[in-house]
Amino acid sequence: MFVQTLLTGLAIGGIYALMAVGYSLVFSILNFSNFAYGSIIMLGAYISYFAMMKLGLPLGAALALSILGAAALCYLNERLAYSPLRKRHASSLFFMISAMGTAIFLENLVYAIVGAHFYAFPEVFTKRNLSFHGVSIGVLDVFAITFSFAAIYALHYFLQKSRTGIAIRAASYDIQVCSLNGVNDKHLIGLVFCLAGGLAGISGTFLGMKYIVYPTMGWITNKAYIAAVIGGLGSLPGAVVGGILLGVTETFVSAYVSSVVRDVFSFSLLVILLMVMPTGLFGRFLEEKV
Amino acid sequence: MWQYVSGVISLGLIYVIATVGLAVFTGFTGLFSLGHAAFFAIGAYTAAILTYFYGFNFYVALALGGCAGGLVGFLIGYPTLKAKLRTDYFAIATLGFGEAIRVLLENLPITQGARGLPGIRGETNLPVLLVCTTLVIWMAWNLIHSRHGRACIAIREDFVAAEMMGVNIFIGRLRSLVFSAFCAGLAGGLFAHYFCFIQPSMFTSYMSTQMTAAVVAGGMGSISGPVIATLIFIGIPEALRVANIWRLVAYGLMLVLIMVFRPQGLMGYQELSLGLVKSWYRRLWKGGRA
Repeated sequence: MFVQTLLTGLAIGGIYALMAVGYSLVFSILNFSNFAYGSIIMLGAYISYFAMMKLGLPLGAALALSILGAAALCYLNERLAYSPLRKRHASSLFFMISAMGTAIFLENLVYAIVGAHFYAFPEVFTKRNLSFHGVSIGVLDVFAITFSFAAIYALHYFLQKSRTGIAIRAASYDIQVCSLNGVNDKHLIGLVFCLAGGLAGISGTFLGMKYIVYPTMGWITNKAYIAAVIGGLGSLPGAVVGGILLGVTETFVSAYVSSVVRDVFSFSLLVILLMVMPTGLFGRFLEEKV
Repeated sequence: MWQYVSGVISLGLIYVIATVGLAVFTGFTGLFSLGHAAFFAIGAYTAAILTYFYGFNFYVALALGGCAGGLVGFLIGYPTLKAKLRTDYFAIATLGFGEAIRVLLENLPITQGARGLPGIRGETNLPVLLVCTTLVIWMAWNLIHSRHGRACIAIREDFVAAEMMGVNIFIGRLRSLVFSAFCAGLAGGLFAHYFCFIQPSMFTSYMSTQMTAAVVAGGMGSISGPVIATLIFIGIPEALRVANIWRLVAYGLMLVLIMVFRPQGLMGYQELSLGLVKSWYRRLWKGGRA
């Protein structure tokens, strides 16, 4: 029972972590909460669903298409909704409202065009579980965990080793100084949004396969926001730890206490943690600038 | 016909009451609440349960509903504002809070879960609403033009400087939050006794979003702006019933457009006054030379 719950928690936590990383990545550069990220994830799920059902593509191709599509959407979102604000040096409040507007716009656009139908992914992985000493785990979950962590590790490697990655890390400290040192901040921000969009495509596809595809599936990204805040906004290791921590504790609460109080629990966890550590587990101490 | 018009006006006024409260909070302290529907729901359920199960007087129940909203506002505001959370963290905390309250309402025995409470006495009518709206606007106006209101504006503009000048940020923000939660609770009580039926799914984050959208569109730092924006938001979709699905799409798009092109909103930091109308009139006729 214990190991079983732990594994289920890890599977959910992996997806939370993936979403939280994309969300935190944007935060680390631009210092605002990109609430539109949930809808990008939702659109990523729709892209891969339609790629598989209507175009008959295999999972790999659908995943690639979803990554590309979500990255393009995320980039467009930045160009249209955020970069005019950036030029005006608006405060982060305005970015947040703009992001919220984008989220409402995209979610309801899908409602209006595609409709509120629930779509289930075709069965790629057998519903069979892998059993080992009485502990079982779905094939899909294994694949999702592996792929999520591979994607996170690839991103980590990119940020640590490549020239562009170093520029991104520098920009997360201070974007002004970074652009003074010859980094094209416009391109850099565009790239960061593309990376975040790519992660959104992956997590959207897995979310859709694990649950179901519908316009408000972005609600689950609220959990990703919470996970990112627990880990400390802007910190990528924090986002991973926060995501896994949230996934595992939630699963334990629903297994041992009650699944009803699960969401109430994750919220209380957030508030209590913020009271003790206002910057999250790994957050840098960021005073808001006026 | 008059019944239809008065219905639209009543609904508009209910939202005006809630939005004025939010305008005092978001517009004057710069903090974002994404969970105001929760205060609305708490007010609605408190008032409805009191009149439905315990046979309370309608007005007493209304007042108690408002107080319940304010009390919960205090309970949630005390830890989160004490910790001096960043704007983003606070927004996410309220988002989680709103969802948690909805889950609780769906599972408590007294609220009858997702089935909701049918057959609440329909006691809200236009005169009651007009009195309540006037009262709330008058209270908000006095609050903003008091010492407290000036302190809040200082906090919004530059909270470091405000704190240096001896403004207590915590008290200022908490007072605004409690006031806005009270208004939302009052509006909730009126809402419940207007529709005679409430269920948890009425109080989703869309309701919070709609209120926030009205405050932003009307102009942060104004009372009359959000009031006008709310009436427009309620009036136009009612007049164009066909475009029901596209209403929220338009909200989202409008939020982004406002942020990109007119971040100060409809009224900016101004109030609708005779002098302002006169200056518009002059500008209109003299081609901007006034």
